[in-house]
Amino acid sequence: MEVPILKQGHYLIASIQSALTDADLSQLREALIARVGKYRARGVIVDVTALDVMDSFAVRTLRDIAHMARLRGSETVIVGIQPEVAFAMVQLGLSLKGIATALDLEEGLAFLDAKARERA
Amino acid sequence: MAEELRLAIASDVDIVHAREKGRELAAAHGFTLGDQTVIATAISEVARNILLYARRGEVRIRPATDTGRDGLVVIAEDHGPGIRDIAQALQDGFSTSGGLGLGLPGARRLMDDFDLKSAPGQGTTVTMAKWKRSHG
Repeated sequence: MEVPILKQGHYLIASIQSALTDADLSQLREALIARVGKYRARGVIVDVTALDVMDSFAVRTLRDIAHMARLRGSETVIVGIQPEVAFAMVQLGLSLKGIATALDLEEGLAFLDAKARERA
Repeated sequence: MAEELRLAIASDVDIVHAREKGRELAAAHGFTLGDQTVIATAISEVARNILLYARRGEVRIRPATDTGRDGLVVIAEDHGPGIRDIAQALQDGFSTSGGLGLGLPGARRLMDDFDLKSAPGQGTTVTMAKWKRSHG
Protein backbone atom coordinates (compact mmCIF):
# COMPACT_ATOMS: atom_id res chain seq x y z
CA MET A 1 0.00 0.00 0.00
CA GLU A 2 1.77 3.13 -1.24
CA VAL A 3 1.42 6.24 0.92
CA PRO A 4 0.24 9.29 -1.03
CA ILE A 5 2.60 12.25 -0.75
CA LEU A 6 1.05 15.65 -1.41
CA LYS A 7 2.95 18.82 -2.13
CA GLN A 8 1.58 21.88 -0.44
CA GLY A 9 3.62 25.03 -0.93
CA HIS A 10 7.10 24.32 0.38
CA TYR A 11 5.94 21.29 2.31
CA LEU A 12 5.40 17.61 1.61
CA ILE A 13 2.57 15.85 3.39
CA ALA A 14 2.60 12.06 3.64
CA SER A 15 -0.81 10.93 4.70
CA ILE A 16 -0.80 7.32 5.85
CA GLN A 17 -4.17 5.72 5.07
CA SER A 18 -3.91 2.24 6.56
CA ALA A 19 -1.61 -0.23 8.29
CA LEU A 20 1.82 -0.38 6.67
CA THR A 21 4.17 -3.31 6.24
CA ASP A 22 7.90 -2.90 6.83
CA ALA A 23 8.39 -2.73 3.06
CA ASP A 24 5.73 0.01 2.78
CA LEU A 25 7.50 2.02 5.49
CA SER A 26 10.87 1.68 3.78
CA GLN A 27 9.28 2.70 0.49
CA LEU A 28 7.80 5.79 2.15
CA ARG A 29 11.24 6.73 3.48
CA GLU A 30 12.84 6.48 0.02
CA ALA A 31 10.00 8.37 -1.68
CA LEU A 32 10.05 11.21 0.86
CA ILE A 33 13.80 11.69 0.76
CA ALA A 34 13.80 11.73 -3.05
CA ARG A 35 10.97 14.25 -3.13
CA VAL A 36 12.56 16.60 -0.60
CA GLY A 37 15.22 17.20 -3.27
CA LYS A 38 12.94 17.14 -6.29
CA TYR A 39 10.53 19.74 -4.87
CA ARG A 40 13.07 21.59 -2.73
CA ALA A 41 10.76 21.02 0.23
CA ARG A 42 11.43 22.97 3.44
CA GLY A 43 9.26 20.75 5.55
CA VAL A 44 7.82 17.25 5.74
CA ILE A 45 4.70 16.21 7.60
CA VAL A 46 4.00 12.54 8.22
CA ASP A 47 0.42 12.04 9.33
CA VAL A 48 0.17 8.79 11.32
CA THR A 49 -3.43 9.27 12.52
CA ALA A 50 -4.47 6.06 10.72
CA LEU A 51 -1.77 3.92 12.35
CA ASP A 52 -3.18 1.83 15.20
CA VAL A 53 0.22 0.31 16.00
CA MET A 54 3.66 1.93 15.99
CA ASP A 55 6.22 -0.72 16.74
CA SER A 56 10.00 -0.46 16.86
CA PHE A 57 10.38 -0.74 13.09
CA ALA A 58 7.85 2.02 12.39
CA VAL A 59 9.45 4.33 14.93
CA ARG A 60 12.94 3.66 13.61
CA THR A 61 11.77 4.43 10.06
CA LEU A 62 10.12 7.70 11.13
CA ARG A 63 13.30 8.65 12.96
CA ASP A 64 15.36 7.87 9.86
CA ILE A 65 13.02 9.98 7.72
CA ALA A 66 13.39 12.96 10.06
CA HIS A 67 17.17 12.66 10.25
CA MET A 68 17.63 12.17 6.51
CA ALA A 69 15.27 15.04 5.68
CA ARG A 70 17.20 17.30 8.07
CA LEU A 71 20.44 16.40 6.31
CA ARG A 72 18.71 17.54 3.11
CA GLY A 73 17.65 20.84 4.68
CA SER A 74 14.09 19.95 5.53
CA GLU A 75 12.27 19.81 8.89
CA THR A 76 9.98 16.89 9.70
CA VAL A 77 6.93 16.83 11.95
CA ILE A 78 5.11 13.64 12.91
CA VAL A 79 1.43 14.37 13.49
CA GLY A 80 -1.56 12.43 14.76
CA ILE A 81 -0.08 9.83 17.13
CA GLN A 82 -3.15 8.31 18.77
CA PRO A 83 -3.33 8.26 22.59
CA GLU A 84 -3.32 4.43 22.84
CA VAL A 85 -0.41 4.29 20.42
CA ALA A 86 1.52 6.83 22.50
CA PHE A 87 0.87 4.73 25.60
CA ALA A 88 2.12 1.52 23.94
CA MET A 89 5.18 3.31 22.53
CA VAL A 90 6.21 4.52 25.97
CA GLN A 91 5.73 1.03 27.45
CA LEU A 92 7.77 -0.46 24.65
CA GLY A 93 10.57 2.01 25.37
CA LEU A 94 10.29 3.95 22.13
CA SER A 95 10.76 7.66 21.85
CA LEU A 96 10.96 10.20 19.08
CA LYS A 97 13.56 12.24 20.92
CA GLY A 98 14.75 15.20 18.89
CA ILE A 99 11.93 14.85 16.40
CA ALA A 100 9.10 17.34 16.22
CA THR A 101 5.61 16.06 16.81
CA ALA A 102 2.25 17.81 16.73
CA LEU A 103 -1.28 16.88 17.64
CA ASP A 104 -2.69 17.11 14.13
CA LEU A 105 -2.05 18.37 10.61
CA GLU A 106 -3.05 21.93 11.43
CA GLU A 107 -0.60 22.12 14.35
CA GLY A 108 2.07 20.50 12.21
CA LEU A 109 1.70 23.15 9.51
CA ALA A 110 1.81 25.90 12.13
CA PHE A 111 5.03 24.42 13.50
CA LEU A 112 6.68 24.36 10.06
CA ASP A 113 5.54 27.93 9.34
CA ALA A 114 7.10 29.07 12.61
CA LYS A 115 10.34 27.24 11.74
CA ALA A 116 10.37 28.88 8.31
CA ARG A 117 10.01 32.34 9.88
CA GLU A 118 12.93 31.55 12.19
CA ARG A 119 15.10 30.71 9.23
CA ALA A 120 14.04 33.70 7.13
CA MET B 1 -9.37 -24.08 23.61
CA ALA B 2 -11.74 -23.84 20.69
CA GLU B 3 -10.64 -20.57 19.27
CA GLU B 4 -6.88 -20.70 19.10
CA LEU B 5 -5.62 -18.70 16.13
CA ARG B 6 -2.61 -20.08 14.30
CA LEU B 7 -0.90 -17.55 12.10
CA ALA B 8 2.04 -18.41 9.89
CA ILE B 9 4.79 -15.79 9.82
CA ALA B 10 6.92 -15.76 6.69
CA SER B 11 6.74 -12.17 5.40
CA ASP B 12 6.21 -8.61 6.59
CA VAL B 13 2.56 -8.81 5.48
CA ASP B 14 2.10 -11.66 7.98
CA ILE B 15 3.32 -9.39 10.80
CA VAL B 16 0.54 -6.90 10.06
CA HIS B 17 -1.99 -9.72 9.69
CA ALA B 18 -0.98 -11.32 13.01
CA ARG B 19 -1.25 -8.10 14.99
CA GLU B 20 -4.61 -7.26 13.40
CA LYS B 21 -5.96 -10.72 14.28
CA GLY B 22 -4.61 -10.34 17.80
CA ARG B 23 -6.33 -7.00 18.17
CA GLU B 24 -9.62 -8.47 16.92
CA LEU B 25 -9.45 -11.31 19.41
CA ALA B 26 -8.54 -8.92 22.24
CA ALA B 27 -11.48 -6.70 21.31
CA ALA B 28 -13.83 -9.69 21.16
CA HIS B 29 -12.74 -10.61 24.69
CA GLY B 30 -13.46 -7.18 26.08
CA PHE B 31 -9.96 -5.74 26.37
CA THR B 32 -9.85 -1.94 26.42
CA LEU B 33 -8.66 -0.08 23.32
CA GLY B 34 -5.43 0.66 25.20
CA ASP B 35 -4.80 -3.00 25.96
CA GLN B 36 -5.76 -4.04 22.42
CA THR B 37 -3.07 -1.68 21.16
CA VAL B 38 -0.53 -2.97 23.68
CA ILE B 39 -1.24 -6.60 22.67
CA ALA B 40 -1.10 -5.79 18.94
CA THR B 41 2.21 -3.97 19.41
CA ALA B 42 3.74 -6.87 21.36
CA ILE B 43 2.60 -9.33 18.68
CA SER B 44 4.18 -7.12 16.04
CA GLU B 45 7.53 -7.25 17.86
CA VAL B 46 7.64 -11.02 18.43
CA ALA B 47 6.42 -11.72 14.89
CA ARG B 48 9.15 -9.48 13.47
CA ASN B 49 11.69 -11.32 15.59
CA ILE B 50 10.62 -14.58 13.94
CA LEU B 51 11.04 -13.05 10.50
CA LEU B 52 14.40 -11.43 11.31
CA TYR B 53 16.08 -14.38 12.94
CA ALA B 54 14.30 -17.53 11.76
CA ARG B 55 12.65 -16.30 8.53
CA ARG B 56 9.53 -18.31 9.30
CA GLY B 57 7.52 -19.47 12.23
CA GLU B 58 4.12 -19.26 13.81
CA VAL B 59 2.18 -17.02 16.16
CA ARG B 60 -0.64 -18.61 18.15
CA ILE B 61 -3.16 -16.55 20.05
CA ARG B 62 -5.80 -17.92 22.41
CA PRO B 63 -8.03 -16.77 25.22
CA ALA B 64 -7.06 -18.10 28.64
CA THR B 65 -8.15 -18.06 32.25
CA ASP B 66 -5.82 -18.00 35.22
CA THR B 67 -6.93 -17.84 38.85
CA GLY B 68 -10.19 -16.24 37.84
CA ARG B 69 -8.67 -13.71 35.47
CA ASP B 70 -9.47 -13.69 31.77
CA GLY B 71 -6.73 -12.96 29.35
CA LEU B 72 -5.01 -13.65 26.10
CA VAL B 73 -1.98 -15.87 25.60
CA VAL B 74 0.34 -15.29 22.65
CA ILE B 75 2.92 -17.88 21.63
CA ALA B 76 5.53 -17.07 19.02
CA GLU B 77 7.47 -20.12 17.91
CA ASP B 78 10.17 -20.72 15.37
CA HIS B 79 12.71 -23.40 14.53
CA GLY B 80 15.42 -20.93 13.64
CA PRO B 81 18.97 -20.65 14.98
CA GLY B 82 17.85 -19.98 18.55
CA ILE B 83 19.33 -17.58 21.06
CA ARG B 84 22.69 -18.22 22.69
CA ASP B 85 22.41 -15.69 25.49
CA ILE B 86 18.83 -15.15 26.62
CA ALA B 87 19.71 -12.55 29.25
CA GLN B 88 21.46 -10.50 26.59
CA ALA B 89 18.53 -10.85 24.16
CA LEU B 90 16.27 -9.36 26.81
CA GLN B 91 18.51 -6.34 27.33
CA ASP B 92 17.37 -3.02 25.94
CA GLY B 93 19.37 -1.95 22.94
CA PHE B 94 20.98 -5.33 22.28
CA SER B 95 20.50 -6.41 18.69
CA THR B 96 22.29 -8.68 16.26
CA SER B 97 20.06 -7.57 13.39
CA GLY B 98 20.76 -3.84 13.29
CA GLY B 99 17.35 -3.05 14.78
CA LEU B 100 16.67 -0.95 17.83
CA GLY B 101 17.06 -3.95 20.12
CA LEU B 102 13.71 -3.24 21.71
CA GLY B 103 11.70 -6.12 20.30
CA LEU B 104 11.89 -8.73 23.05
CA PRO B 105 12.49 -6.46 26.08
CA GLY B 106 9.77 -4.16 24.76
CA ALA B 107 7.27 -6.99 24.33
CA ARG B 108 8.10 -8.13 27.85
CA ARG B 109 7.29 -4.66 29.21
CA LEU B 110 4.04 -4.50 27.25
CA MET B 111 2.67 -7.83 28.47
CA ASP B 112 1.96 -9.09 32.00
CA ASP B 113 3.67 -12.47 31.67
CA PHE B 114 6.61 -13.20 29.44
CA ASP B 115 8.65 -16.33 29.04
CA LEU B 116 11.43 -17.00 26.54
CA LYS B 117 12.72 -20.49 25.80
CA SER B 118 15.53 -20.95 23.36
CA ALA B 119 18.79 -22.70 22.76
CA PRO B 120 21.24 -22.59 19.86
CA GLY B 121 19.93 -24.79 17.06
CA GLN B 122 16.68 -25.44 18.92
CA GLY B 123 14.55 -22.51 17.81
CA THR B 124 12.83 -19.99 20.01
CA THR B 125 9.48 -19.94 21.80
CA VAL B 126 8.10 -16.79 23.38
CA THR B 127 5.02 -17.25 25.54
CA MET B 128 3.38 -14.11 26.79
CA ALA B 129 0.05 -13.15 28.31
CA LYS B 130 -2.03 -10.11 29.03
CA TRP B 131 -4.74 -10.27 31.71
CA LYS B 132 -7.82 -8.16 31.89
CA ARG B 133 -7.72 -5.73 34.76
CA SER B 134 -10.52 -6.37 37.19
CA HIS B 135 -12.54 -3.28 37.95
CA GLY B 136 -13.21 -3.57 41.65
